[in-house]
Amino acid sequence: MSEHQEPRIVVVGASMGGLRAAEQLRAAGWDGAITVVGEEVHPPYNRPPLSKELLAHPGSPEDALATVALRQRPTMETVDWRLGVRVVASDLQGQTVTLASGEQLAYDGLVIASGIRPRRLHVPGPTVGRHVVRTLEDALGLHRQMRPGARVVVVGCGFIGCEVAATARELGCEVHLVEGSRGPMHRVLGEEVSVIMRDWLVGRGIQIVTGHSVEEYLTAEGIQDDGGPALAAGVRLADGTEIQGDVVVEAVGSVPNTEWLEGNGLDLTDGVVVDDRLRVAGAGHTVALGDIARYQDPWAEGEMRRVEHWQGAIDMAKTAARTLVADLTGSEPPAAYAAVPSFWSDQFGIRIQGIGAPHRATGLAVLEGSLDAVEDGVVIRYDRDGLAVGVVTIGLPAGRLVHFRKLLGQPTPISDRTAETVGVAS
Amino acid sequence: MSTTHVDSSREAARAPRDEEQSMKVWVDRTLCENHGQCAIAAPNTFEMDEEGILQYTEGFPAGELEYIEDAMDVCPVQAIFLKGDQ
Repeated sequence: MSEHQEPRIVVVGASMGGLRAAEQLRAAGWDGAITVVGEEVHPPYNRPPLSKELLAHPGSPEDALATVALRQRPTMETVDWRLGVRVVASDLQGQTVTLASGEQLAYDGLVIASGIRPRRLHVPGPTVGRHVVRTLEDALGLHRQMRPGARVVVVGCGFIGCEVAATARELGCEVHLVEGSRGPMHRVLGEEVSVIMRDWLVGRGIQIVTGHSVEEYLTAEGIQDDGGPALAAGVRLADGTEIQGDVVVEAVGSVPNTEWLEGNGLDLTDGVVVDDRLRVAGAGHTVALGDIARYQDPWAEGEMRRVEHWQGAIDMAKTAARTLVADLTGSEPPAAYAAVPSFWSDQFGIRIQGIGAPHRATGLAVLEGSLDAVEDGVVIRYDRDGLAVGVVTIGLPAGRLVHFRKLLGQPTPISDRTAETVGVAS
Repeated sequence: MSTTHVDSSREAARAPRDEEQSMKVWVDRTLCENHGQCAIAAPNTFEMDEEGILQYTEGFPAGELEYIEDAMDVCPVQAIFLKGDQ
């Protein structure tokens, strides 16, 4: 930094994590410059509705944006927004980032909030007409294809895949959900509950294809004749089964946007590694937050992991911003990041909500309701080594989950372990 | 999302510190889905009852503002607003 220039923090990423980080920098007393750089042209907006209510009923593009645009604190009027431009490189020693336009931005502090993008399948077949759901344009484009009666093939059955499938079904589409190697929401909810949710989705009219991954995308007939690009029109599975579709959606996980950080000696194996104050070790005054940050989660017995929950980006923004301002000004850093992971999903009007680290459970106990009738409301406690590690509610008012937070980390009664607990094979 | 709400919350946030108590919390019940995140961020102001339905107090002491702002941030449906007293 040249001496006469105002100190500056650059925030890379202008989605919710970047916005909340900028707000928290101001709240933490940072009165230097803040520049937020984002690849999308839109101001920061809320993504959860993109696979749910906004996908179902977006209205006009203007209405859709207005619906999901995130409210900003008044302090954001003092922020320099660089929207519609990607950061392509960085020099963490020299404290600069380089934009796609060629411009270099010098910084005193750096916030990494560049998030994730959808993972794509690398299999033969057309690449055109393979939808993903990440941006507002993705959701609007997909909605236009989801006409009543359209044959929709959703590849991948995590939360987004299940939500897209449910939304398509509600719009009157004929829906196939191709699971791949594991069942619906398996990674988060575990085998036992995944099996239950599969039956429930089937009961709602979704045709689920189990056990085989996609080998190839089918090509729409007759399209090539007019000179346009070949369109994906279904999938061929590993066992040779073909599923025809008018619409194909890929929802097969995510890839952290770390390419711009290459060449700085960081471990970018799966996101960006941060310490318990969300600092990036060996990178000067740099913090990372949100989907891209890989941290030691105290609620998962210190497992190093990225948590792609909406909630986490907000909670982390506060810690990350305070850490960065403290490090830059020599003041006391905040307490270690220890927010309880929390997530939700809406499918067919049913709320699925969870806290903690249910994916680590070795057993579970049903505290209320029955797994045979999840729609009527069920509370599931996830246990490991005699302790509760997660709680999931299905079909209950979301606000009830708050009351089960106190169970996390608590011993599970002996009677549960002997009588009621069922194994979670994984 | 009506701009009136945004404007009023901005005016409220600009109010001098000694007038903070004149601001009131307001939750748009047509938006609220009872996620309960506000009750975690600002438990002195927001509470989920036994049925999982939000209950909240409109008035708050000055020291509570930070937590209410956090609650506004973590509301998945942006249903929480700060309004001036008039």
